Amino acid sequence: MELKLLLIIAVYSIFIQNFVLTRFLGLCPFIGVSKKMSSAVGMGFAVIFVMTLASIVTWLVYNYFLDPTTSILKYFSPEGTAPDLTFLRTIAFILVIASLVQFIEMFIQKTSPSLYRALGIYLPLITTNCAVLGVALLNIEGNPSIGIEGKFTFIQSGVQGFSAGAGFLIILILISGLREKLELKEIPESLKGVPIAFITAGLMAIAFLGFSGLTL
Amino acid sequence: MENKGLFEEFIKGIYKENPITAIFLGLCPTLAVTTSLINGLGMGLAAAFVLLFSNIIVSSVKGIVPRKIRIPIYIVIIATFVTIVELIMAGFIPSLFRALGIYVPLIVVNCIILGRAEAFASKNSLGRSIIDALGMGIGFTIVLVFLGSVREIIGDGKLLGYYLFGPEFEPVLLMILPPGAFILIGLILGTINWIEIRKNQKIFLKFKEKKLITTENPK
Repeated sequence: MELKLLLIIAVYSIFIQNFVLTRFLGLCPFIGVSKKMSSAVGMGFAVIFVMTLASIVTWLVYNYFLDPTTSILKYFSPEGTAPDLTFLRTIAFILVIASLVQFIEMFIQKTSPSLYRALGIYLPLITTNCAVLGVALLNIEGNPSIGIEGKFTFIQSGVQGFSAGAGFLIILILISGLREKLELKEIPESLKGVPIAFITAGLMAIAFLGFSGLTL
Repeated sequence: MENKGLFEEFIKGIYKENPITAIFLGLCPTLAVTTSLINGLGMGLAAAFVLLFSNIIVSSVKGIVPRKIRIPIYIVIIATFVTIVELIMAGFIPSLFRALGIYVPLIVVNCIILGRAEAFASKNSLGRSIIDALGMGIGFTIVLVFLGSVREIIGDGKLLGYYLFGPEFEPVLLMILPPGAFILIGLILGTINWIEIRKNQKIFLKFKEKKLITTENPK
C-alpha cells in the first residue's frame, strides 16, 4: 500500500502535475539554460540532487522545529508545549535551501572537482529556482488529488523531491533538444529565441495534458 | 547612472526594462496565477509591495552589509516582507490567498525582487530605489493584469466575474489551462520583438534617407 502510494506520487510529480509544464515552477532556468543540451543535462541533474536533499532537510526542519505538535522544542520548555512557528516556514525554508546549496557546492568542490566543473556554475542559480522552494512547500501542504490531505511523510517527501527533479530534467532535455533543432529552422524574425521556446513549451504542455486523464 | 532623470527611472520599469517582457524575470508566478484578472492583480500588487519595502530596507542598510554575505541578508529581508504579505492576505482576503496558493510564499524566490535588490537598491540612494521599485512593480503588475484579463476573457468569456458575451459564446478552455499561458506569453514577447524590429527598421530607413539626401546635395 505504502509502496503503491510512493509510485503514485512519483508518476504524479513527473507526468501528471509536472513541475514545469503544469505548475509553472522553475521557469527561469527552463528558459535560461535550455539553449544547449549539455548545459540542460547538467542543470537537470543538479536540480534533482538539490531538490531531493532540500525536501528531506526542510521536512526535518518543519516537523522538528516549526510544527508545534511534533516539535522537539517542547522538551526544552517548562510547560511542555512548543510554540507554533509555522508562520516562519518561508524564511526557514529559504535559509535552509540557500545554506544547503552553499554547503553542497563546497562539498562537491572538495570531493569531486570533475563533478564540480560539470555542475558548479548551475548550483548558485538553484537557490532562486522556485521549484526547490515549491517542492518544500508542497511537501507540507499535501496533495488532495492523490488522497494525501495533510503533510507528506518523510519518505513521501523524499520521493516527491526526487521525482519532481526527474520531471524537471526530462522537460529540460526535451525542450533543449527542440531548441537546438529550432536554431536551424526558418522562423519569423520576431519569434526567434525566447518567444518560440514558450510556444514550443505550450505545445508540449498540451501533450502533457493528456496524462491528466490517467487514473491511478 | 546618477544623472538620469527621476521620471525616466520610474518609466523604464514599465516598458523599456520591464522585468517580464525585457529581462524574462519572475516568470513562474506570471504564468501560474494569471487565470483571471483579479488573481493577476493580487499577485502583482503583492510582489510590488514586497519589492518596494525590500528595496527601501536594502538601500538603507547598503553601507553596513558585508559584501560576502549580502545575498543571504537580502533573502532574509525579502522573506520577512513575504511573510507579512502572506499573513495580511490570509487574514483579510482569504479567497485570494487560497487562489494564489503556494505562489504567495514563492514571491521570495521571484528573481525580480532579488535582482533589483542586488542590481539597483544596493548601489543607489533611497529615493531612487523607491522610484525604481515603484516603476518595476507597476510594470510587473501591468503585464500580470493584461495576461490575466486576456486569459479570463478568452478562456472563460468573463471579466471580473461578469459574462461579456452571450450564452452561445464557447470559451476556449485551453487559455485557462497551462498551455494557454505559455502560448500567450510567447505571442506577447513575439509582438514586442516585432514592434522593436519595426522601430529599428524605421530609424534605419530614416538614416538611409538622410544619407541619400546628403550624398546628393553636394551636386
